[in-house]
Amino acid sequence: MIPTQSQGPGPEAQYRAFLDEGRFMIQRSAATGQHVFYPRVAAPGSGAMDLEWVEASGRGTVYSITVNRARSGDYNIALVQLDEGPRLLTRIEGVETAPIGARVKARIAEVEGEKVVVFDLAEKGGAA
Amino acid sequence: MSNMSVRGRTAIVGVGGVGWGEAPGRSAIELLGEAAIAAVKDAGLELKDIDGLCAATSTHAFPTLSVAEYLGIRPTFFDGTNIGGSSFEMHLLQAALALEAGICNAVLICYGSNQRTAGGRLVSMSEPQWHEAPFKPRHPVTAYALAAQRHMHEYGTTREMLADIAVAARQWANKNPSAFARGPLTREDVLNARMISDPLTTRDCCLVTDGGAACVMVRADRAKDLKHKPAYVLGVGGAHSHRSITQMADLTRTVAAESGPRAFQMAGLKPSDCDLVMLYDAFTITTLLFLEDLGFCPKGEGGRFAQDGNIAPGGALAVNTSGGGLSCVHPGMYGLFLILEAVTQIRGQAGERQLDTCDVAICHGNGGVLSSQVTALLGSEAAL
Repeated sequence: MIPTQSQGPGPEAQYRAFLDEGRFMIQRSAATGQHVFYPRVAAPGSGAMDLEWVEASGRGTVYSITVNRARSGDYNIALVQLDEGPRLLTRIEGVETAPIGARVKARIAEVEGEKVVVFDLAEKGGAA
Repeated sequence: MSNMSVRGRTAIVGVGGVGWGEAPGRSAIELLGEAAIAAVKDAGLELKDIDGLCAATSTHAFPTLSVAEYLGIRPTFFDGTNIGGSSFEMHLLQAALALEAGICNAVLICYGSNQRTAGGRLVSMSEPQWHEAPFKPRHPVTAYALAAQRHMHEYGTTREMLADIAVAARQWANKNPSAFARGPLTREDVLNARMISDPLTTRDCCLVTDGGAACVMVRADRAKDLKHKPAYVLGVGGAHSHRSITQMADLTRTVAAESGPRAFQMAGLKPSDCDLVMLYDAFTITTLLFLEDLGFCPKGEGGRFAQDGNIAPGGALAVNTSGGGLSCVHPGMYGLFLILEAVTQIRGQAGERQLDTCDVAICHGNGGVLSSQVTALLGSEAAL
């Protein structure tokens, strides 16, 4: 066995670099079309090394949500299921909470110097 | 492939517990050490007889190295598997396999934590999950709150049903002189307690206590000659599904639905054979989920099943007779404490909370954020 070289930034670093460019990108397996988040080196389950980057639609649904109650202030933590399939941990901005099933739209924000994906409630009757 | 070969081949013959509640001035390894010495003595053995060691804590990176050094033992078999609070149920299987293979003759499984005295908060050595960390989830309550919210949404489970689980645990604890939290607790007390993360209040969450626990396992043929009635290991099965709550396929279905059948198959038993049901109650929602996923009630019905005293003293199912993590003891990683209560009940030493019959006990451990599930079935000689 001769170990191969590993060149350039890995999937986590690539994801972060896209966010810094203002792009919310997720991976998709070329063979199956399965979307993947969080970014990996290989498709989970199949192990296929065929993951490509695609622009996320930004659309999703609140799968679950809780409000963390702290003396320093309350904030929500949500699991949003992207229309593409994967879920991410995030926050619904501008509201204390939202109903499970609410439609939401992603945008990139900055938290303590780090670019992250947060969500807003989708406009009623809008493009979401 | 048959997996009946380790059924009943090993038994727990010694148990020890120290500092359940508040143990100021004691470090984690000191509590672990005292519990270990107590368990070895309870087994009628000497420390030099211990040649197998399983350990996992939240404060030791190399747990078996630390414990073996502290106690002055040189094991031929050692396993520091850490999958969270269910590690100890998995250790039962590892120990059974090692004993059966003749790699060792007496295995010590042990744990200790001083997290209450040290800071009053759950301790973890874990790396942060980079894709979650900016949103400041609280480990682990955020994940369990998300699971509870989803279960309420899908199945109409209510906060009142969750509260009844805490009330039942307290009623058992009130029969247990070793329980840390005793005294009256009503449904309203639980509902009106301080909210931690919707929908879970402080009373929906396990205690944060100090505590050391240990047990000793030997092969069955030797067990009969030792001091106490042996608690035979009849079956163990495990599953793990994720690390991050973002990767849990369905927040209302844990892989206890996989670990349970594996354990029952090894033991040749089914849920209705269980006299005692010890379920890892880190939160009221976990008792509910495991009642469902282990087959004690249909999926979605856990809240309705646990209502109105059904799992309390005098109810249809004896669940968490020690008072559980919710009212007896919970020093961070709780899996070994479930096992100790089961052994105590099988031996007939549970005093006021003793079940009339305890031939089969299920000990179900949970780890991480519903991440790992390990089911163990222990039994008396009558269950062999």
